[in-house]
Amino acid sequence: MKYNWNWGIFWQLSPDGRGTYLDTLIAGLGWTLATALSAWIIALILGVIVGVIRTTPVRGLRIVGDAWVELFRNVPLLVQMFLWFFVVPELLPTSIGTWLKQLPHSAFYTAVVCLGLYTSARVAEQTRAGIQSLARGQRMAGIALGLTLPQTYRFVLLPMALRIVLPPLTSEFLNVIKNSAVALTIGLVELTASARSIQEFSFQVFEAFTAATLIYMALNLVVVTGMRWIEKRVAIPGLIGGGAAMPQAGH
Amino acid sequence: MLGGFDWDVIRRAAPYLFREGMTFTLTLTALAMLGGIVFGTLLAMMRLGSYRALATTASAYVNVMRSTPLVLVIFWFYFLVPWIGGWLLSATRPIQVGAFLSSLITFMMFEAAYYCEIMRAGIQSIPRGQMWAGYALGLSYWQTMGQIVLPQAFRNMLPVLLTQTIILFQDTSLVYVLSITDFLGAASKVAQRDGRLVEMYLFVAVVYFAISFGMSSLVKRLQLRLAVPSR
Repeated sequence: MKYNWNWGIFWQLSPDGRGTYLDTLIAGLGWTLATALSAWIIALILGVIVGVIRTTPVRGLRIVGDAWVELFRNVPLLVQMFLWFFVVPELLPTSIGTWLKQLPHSAFYTAVVCLGLYTSARVAEQTRAGIQSLARGQRMAGIALGLTLPQTYRFVLLPMALRIVLPPLTSEFLNVIKNSAVALTIGLVELTASARSIQEFSFQVFEAFTAATLIYMALNLVVVTGMRWIEKRVAIPGLIGGGAAMPQAGH
Repeated sequence: MLGGFDWDVIRRAAPYLFREGMTFTLTLTALAMLGGIVFGTLLAMMRLGSYRALATTASAYVNVMRSTPLVLVIFWFYFLVPWIGGWLLSATRPIQVGAFLSSLITFMMFEAAYYCEIMRAGIQSIPRGQMWAGYALGLSYWQTMGQIVLPQAFRNMLPVLLTQTIILFQDTSLVYVLSITDFLGAASKVAQRDGRLVEMYLFVAVVYFAISFGMSSLVKRLQLRLAVPSR
């Protein structure tokens, strides 16, 4: 029993007509990055908003925020992907649904929306934890100084909270990159899918998967190093820092 | 707008969905949790132990697993396990490995990396003096770990371990990429056979939501019970 290693495979032409197998991988990496970054922007914006409204004194807003988080956290990402891709276009009025289905790169847009909303629930949870970790006096002091509630958030609470939650946000960013692989189920040819297509065309399964794994690890390293640098720059003077003290369940 | 749907398909498919699909999903979740916690605890002990080589190996394993997407890991093991099996049994060809065994090994090995980090935090939360006290009483490393440190670490980390298991339960749906009939796979087969994607996928989402939400509410209650009462 012997596996025929052939690391030269990446320089051979692939049958998809776009150059070598290496080009296939690079194209996959491009889609992974595009999906992860776009989804991350959505997740950050929505996540901070939802996280904030979960800490406001307005009960109605809090309920909406809690429902948002529970909804997106308790359904598997793959199922959410199918809901956005197969179910949502059917529930919309026919003309909009058809337009959605015929959109070029519809898998990409679906993946971005789905991943963005899914991750926003996790970002919201971190933001809420960050705001609640602040001393209660800070909010009271802001109000006592005559700031309105939005001003208190804008100038007092959020500048502290967002810096405190930077380490857990880093791991959410890493999660977005990894979770973008789930989009292969709706036909997005991102990094994992392109490794899989190399395996299908050339049968060099372990070379293809090794290359993909190494690229994911390199991405990981870049993100972690970059975020460390940012963390250091925005560290709050006087705190022990280091963050990420509590272990978190994740994937 | 909802007129064209046939919700009765759920009632007709339910026995198949739960008997075939959910049974697979729950069995996989339970076994992968047990295997993952055992292997993860061993990894955590390796990482915290005094043997440099073991610690480096364990942390390299955990870091590789944690930076790779689960989908890619599923593919890895799907192709790798037959080769490793063939090599272990010194067969001439890669052996045949069933879908269930393959996915069980995958999830055990993958989740072990995450359980390891939880257990590591749990072990580190125990004062070091307890280890010394154990040694001073003449207990061996395994006795001290097994009877003093690990039981406390488990207890402290129980809510996080269970939360991780809920995530594992949701993650098992990804065996879909190997065309396995888990709960989602079963629903997907019926959906495509009958052309009832909307009904089936909505139903799947509701069931997953109900189970995960129910479980995490229980974990939250457990957390309140275990919490240190002061403060």
